[in-house]
Amino acid sequence: MDELLGSLVRGLGIGGLYALLGVAFVIIYRATGVINFATPALMILGAFFTGAFGNSLGLPFFLSVILAMIVMAAIGMITERVALRPMVGRPAFSAATVTVGLFIVLLILAGRLIGSELVNVNDPFGLNTIEVLGSTLFTVDIGRLVISMVAIAIVGIFLTRSRTGLAMRATAFDQETSLAQGINVGRMFGLSWGISAAMAALAGALLTAGGSGVETTAALVALKALPVIILGGLDSIKGSIIAGLFIGIVESLTRTYQPLYLPWLGANFDIIVPYVIMIIVLMVRPYGLYGTKEVVRV
Amino acid sequence: MSAPTLKSKRTTHGRPRLFTTYSGEMAIFNTRVKLVWAIVGGAVVLSLPFFFQRDIVALITTVFIYAIGGIGLNLLTGYAGQVSLGQAFFLGIGAYTAAVLGGESKGDVIGLGWDMAIWLPLAGLVPAVIALILAPLAARVRGLYLAILTLGLVFIGEHIFKEATPLTGGAGVGRAPADPVLFGYDLFTDQEIFGVELDRFSVFYFGCFVIFVVLALLARNFTRSRFGRSFAAVRDRDVAAEVMGVSLLKTKTLAFAVSSFYAGIAGALLSIVIGRISPETWNFFLSIDFLAVVFIGGLATITGSIMGAIFVVMLPKLVNTLTGFLPIDPGVGQGGLLNVFELQSIIFGVLIVVFLIAEPRGLYGLWIRLRNYFKAWPFSY
Repeated sequence: MDELLGSLVRGLGIGGLYALLGVAFVIIYRATGVINFATPALMILGAFFTGAFGNSLGLPFFLSVILAMIVMAAIGMITERVALRPMVGRPAFSAATVTVGLFIVLLILAGRLIGSELVNVNDPFGLNTIEVLGSTLFTVDIGRLVISMVAIAIVGIFLTRSRTGLAMRATAFDQETSLAQGINVGRMFGLSWGISAAMAALAGALLTAGGSGVETTAALVALKALPVIILGGLDSIKGSIIAGLFIGIVESLTRTYQPLYLPWLGANFDIIVPYVIMIIVLMVRPYGLYGTKEVVRV
Repeated sequence: MSAPTLKSKRTTHGRPRLFTTYSGEMAIFNTRVKLVWAIVGGAVVLSLPFFFQRDIVALITTVFIYAIGGIGLNLLTGYAGQVSLGQAFFLGIGAYTAAVLGGESKGDVIGLGWDMAIWLPLAGLVPAVIALILAPLAARVRGLYLAILTLGLVFIGEHIFKEATPLTGGAGVGRAPADPVLFGYDLFTDQEIFGVELDRFSVFYFGCFVIFVVLALLARNFTRSRFGRSFAAVRDRDVAAEVMGVSLLKTKTLAFAVSSFYAGIAGALLSIVIGRISPETWNFFLSIDFLAVVFIGGLATITGSIMGAIFVVMLPKLVNTLTGFLPIDPGVGQGGLLNVFELQSIIFGVLIVVFLIAEPRGLYGLWIRLRNYFKAWPFSY
């Protein structure tokens, strides 16, 4: 029983990260219709900058996270301006392939910056644990969940309550009409990349938190947010929160119980659980739980 | 007076581009220049093993193999408009089919040791059948949803490859590939032809070249057929194609199956060049390689895929050669600005971005531009 609670909380922690990354994907997808395959690299760069600010400047964890998010937002906006803006009006898959190219470039840069050592972000969580109902929980999981949800809530409030957020939603809804209303659509594209990159950076910092540190290859964790947005629907923030937490929990439970009950599925089966869920979902609902069904005209 | 006959296929006198019949225009070598250059090119390629070292020969063999896989992906992505990140999965299936049927048993790893005449077609057919099974699912989703779905296939495939130890040797261990013995004639051993000693890489080079030429011509032919036209119709406007009576499910299924067939053959041959295959080979980054072949080479051209394959395979070698002139650490250490491997990858990524932005038609588009420029040379129009 204590194993169950521990798995659930760990799942919620990692699920919070997936939700955060899912929202990072969704924001760009809604604004520009492109899936940003460079998100994993942005995430790992974010982790690097958090670690760099913390270690070299001696800043506290939260301050260095915020600085890293600002730096990454700038990098995201520059990337959009340089590489993605020229692709406006081209087929979505061409633009998505551009982000695949960016993924390689940014990942190599991150690898170069990080070097052969693990990223370490000096977070306050470490390997601390608390006892709840007789089971041992890692504070980092609770931290991940709470911080992710707060961050998503801030973005949500920004999108629904602010003037710029309204403009972003209008751009997502119809680019030409928003242009006609005087919205600077290009700036909205840049802004969505900035927000998305900042969220990816936060996810990177939280992923690295927990005492152990990560390598560059941990970037591929962010790709698991792709099943999350498929499950939730490519254009739904609500969907990616629910799907992120769901996939996080299922993955964590699989990690705990699959070796006991279904050993024939092989070692580390939990890594591919998100993809298996995704395929099942696509069979039943091609547009996910909350995705908008595309209306096609000839 | 009878109507002028339209029988003559080609009017050569001063107007080589005038076609009077449809079949004349759609011919694979629709101008004599193309035919001549294809023959010259083929002859040059066939003579290469006599001039170069074995590492270069092996590299060019890899070009053929990447071209086969790239042509397959181009049929799916370029012609039928279905973006797939799952090419690595089908390459892996092909490689393991070949290895199980054509390899040797060793310990727990199964190998039947059959002839290449059996395992090579099956290395294509098995992935094609798996694609047939998956296609109804893939046909339900469009655009980027499909890209993510196929990405999922790569990760699931990698897991299966790691776990199916009797077939694949398991994670980190791997197994030996198939033996390319065609009708008792080993294509991967030193041979003496017409009194010339050829090492095993050169022999395999010729084998791969023949397979590549056959598959490339088949693909070119395929795109000229009604299936090729239905692919293009689905790509350009799937709803319109469906309204006109092109079955989306059938077309997408066919595209997936054909593409996977090519991928399977490429995987089987690639595993022989690599020499030992481990489950980690067939990962996301291999898929990106093939996507780059298609996008850098040019969408919806077979010639472009070949150019893309040359480019993607030769780039690391080129970078290696040029590193002496740059502030680059030639090793794999941490000194210098970047090491060779990092530089290769960065150039690779940057080129994908630059080509998509500046020349969406890829290398093939560059060639068309160059050709058109010299057509009117020295005039600009």
